[in-house]
Order: sequence, then C-alpha cells, then structure tokens
Amino acid sequence: MQFFGGSEISPSPPAPTASGNNAHMMYVFNRNGVCLLYREWNRPLRTLNAQQDHKLMFGLLFSLKSLTAKMDPTSSAEKGNLGVPQLPGQGCSFHSFRTNTYKLSFMETPSGIKIILVTHPRTGDLRESLKYIYNLYVEYVVKNPLYTPGSPIRCELFNTTLDQYVRGIA
Amino acid sequence: MAPVAPRSGDAIFASVERVNAELFTLTYGAIVRQLLTDLEEVDEVNKQLDQMGYNIGIRLIDEFLAKSNVSRCIDFKETAEVIAKGLVLASLKSPVKHLPCHGSAFKAIYDITSVGFKMFLGVTASVTNWDADGTCCSIVLEDNPLVDFVELPDTCQGLYYCNILSGVVRGALEMVSMKTEVTWVRDMLRGDDVFELQVKLLKQVPEEYPYKDDE
Repeated sequence: MQFFGGSEISPSPPAPTASGNNAHMMYVFNRNGVCLLYREWNRPLRTLNAQQDHKLMFGLLFSLKSLTAKMDPTSSAEKGNLGVPQLPGQGCSFHSFRTNTYKLSFMETPSGIKIILVTHPRTGDLRESLKYIYNLYVEYVVKNPLYTPGSPIRCELFNTTLDQYVRGIA
Repeated sequence: MAPVAPRSGDAIFASVERVNAELFTLTYGAIVRQLLTDLEEVDEVNKQLDQMGYNIGIRLIDEFLAKSNVSRCIDFKETAEVIAKGLVLASLKSPVKHLPCHGSAFKAIYDITSVGFKMFLGVTASVTNWDADGTCCSIVLEDNPLVDFVELPDTCQGLYYCNILSGVVRGALEMVSMKTEVTWVRDMLRGDDVFELQVKLLKQVPEEYPYKDDE
C-alpha cells in the first residue's frame, strides 16, 4: 500500500482472521470522550439516537476498564476506589469481550485514543488489526494538516481505506 | 501474544523518509524571520513558536506512539526517557494547519507545507539531571540542525530561537496526560556548549468521565 510521502505503515496489515462482511460497527473516541468517528456496516437494530449511543458505548468502556482493573488479582500496583479516574493505560486493560451475538474489540493508546470494533462473535483476535487501524488514523487523519485535532473525522480517504480494510478482516 | 518491544528512536528515524537538512533549516529560519517581522516583540515570537510547537506536538505524539509500539505511559521518568527523547530524535513534522496565520505572512510556508513538508531532526539527545523525586529532568541536545546558520543579533538577545522544540515536547507530553513546563536552560546561541531543555512535571491528569449524569 502506498501512503502519502511513501512512508510505509508498519507493521504491514495482519492476515485476515475471517472472510465475509462480519463487522457491525466501529467507534473512535478521543481522551475527552468525543466520538471522533462512527462507522456502521451492518446494524439491523438501533434503539437510541446517535449521541446517546456514543455516550453509552463510552460509558460501557469506562466502567468496564475500571472494573477489570479493580478485580485484577495479579497487579500489585496501587488501586484506587472503583470509579476513580485512571490515567490512560493505568492498571490492566481488557482488549475484547464476547457475547452470544457479537464481539467487541477494544484498544486504547497512551494518548487516550480508543478504537472499538464490533464484529461477529466468532471473529478471531483483532488486536493487531486495531493497531493497524490506529496506524491508518495516524496516516490519514492526524497527518492531515486541515484536520483539527479533537473534531469529528471527515476524511473521505480515511473512511474508504477503513471500509476496505475492515471488509478484509472481519 | 507477547508484547512487542518498543522501537527505538533510531529505528524509527531510519525507517521514515527524510528531507534535505538545509531546506528544513532554512525554512524554519524563514518562519522565525517572518514572525519577527510580524510580531516585532521578541517575547511574542517566543510565545508563538512555543504555540506552534505545541500544535505539532499534540499530533506528533500519535504518530510516535503508532510507530514506536509504546503501549503505556504511566511513569514520568520512563516516559520522559522514551518520548521526549524519541520525539526530538525521531521526527519533527509540520503540516500546514500547525502554523498560525498572520495575514499573508505564511503564504510561502503554506505552499511548501501543503505539498508534504516534512522535517526530521536526526540529532543525539540525552535525558539527564533528574531531580530527587523524579519530576524534573533535562533534555540535552549536543547538535541541533535548526541553528546551523544562525547568529543572534543584538536586537534579538531575548529570542529563544528553537522555542518550537519546547512546545513540541510540552504538547506531546500533555497528550499522554502529563502537564509539563518546558524551559530552556542552556542555549548554544547564547554561548553555552549544548542545548538544554528543562522538563518539569506539573501534574498527571487522570482520565475523567466526560458526561454529566443529567445530560
């Protein structure tokens, strides 16, 4: 894949773990809880308006992160009370959960960017894929001089590349 | 899956495309020159350079994180070592939007930046002078391509010519939850033997739930 300026995205895209169109939707949040991006590929059921939906997703991750860190039996690091804000990356972190109807994969960077991909429950490990999506975000969004950091992403090139990539992995 | 070891600044630097050092140096010079003309006050120029650096830093951090496989930044000491050093080392890049616009002053620079202006500093930086509680350190640059052709005239004695760098470090660290204060301690343009940036941790900002209950 040729990127602007010729710099290669590393690592190269991980091998697909499934085929077919199994991805439901994807969210990108920044550290302030702003939903930078919401993409939807296959979502038959919608019960909330977009804003409530984003808020609910962010709240789910926020609470789950706090809970998983609190329940961590191995880490000796000092744990705050439940619900006390953590630094991004502090404590242990979960990377996916699976229900009988969907699988949610999650990645958080030290800069607080959260990437969430909701796919078919039988999808394999998507951690490398999320990392690759983060690389796409850097190449197509962060490096776009006309993109204002913290604002919703409206980069056609990013969206098409993302669509293409997600179609390939899930 | 074993965690991937963070890549060093050198490795990243080696893998990215670079631009002619002289073009970079001269372009940076043109920015400073134009700021001096536009703002007249040296202090204002310092402030503006710092702000430009900050705007670069808050973007650069994501590229840095994506390329370096750093997965967590909790410990200030460790982070300063890796990030501050890595940032200065690895890449300094300035897309268009980072430059504040003063009238038509930046027209020429916009033209260059809009076709993919890239700056890369390939200099050796070391992180030293930690204080006792590990919240303050210095980044020392022995070589700095920004100042290759520069001599401070009498009229600009208060100018921190490389103030953009302090802004970059501040912006980048802020994005990983560390509010810092970055000041120049030594400056080769003022007769010191190296460049020294003092980085002081003010506070670490935890992530907060951004929504109110009644929203």
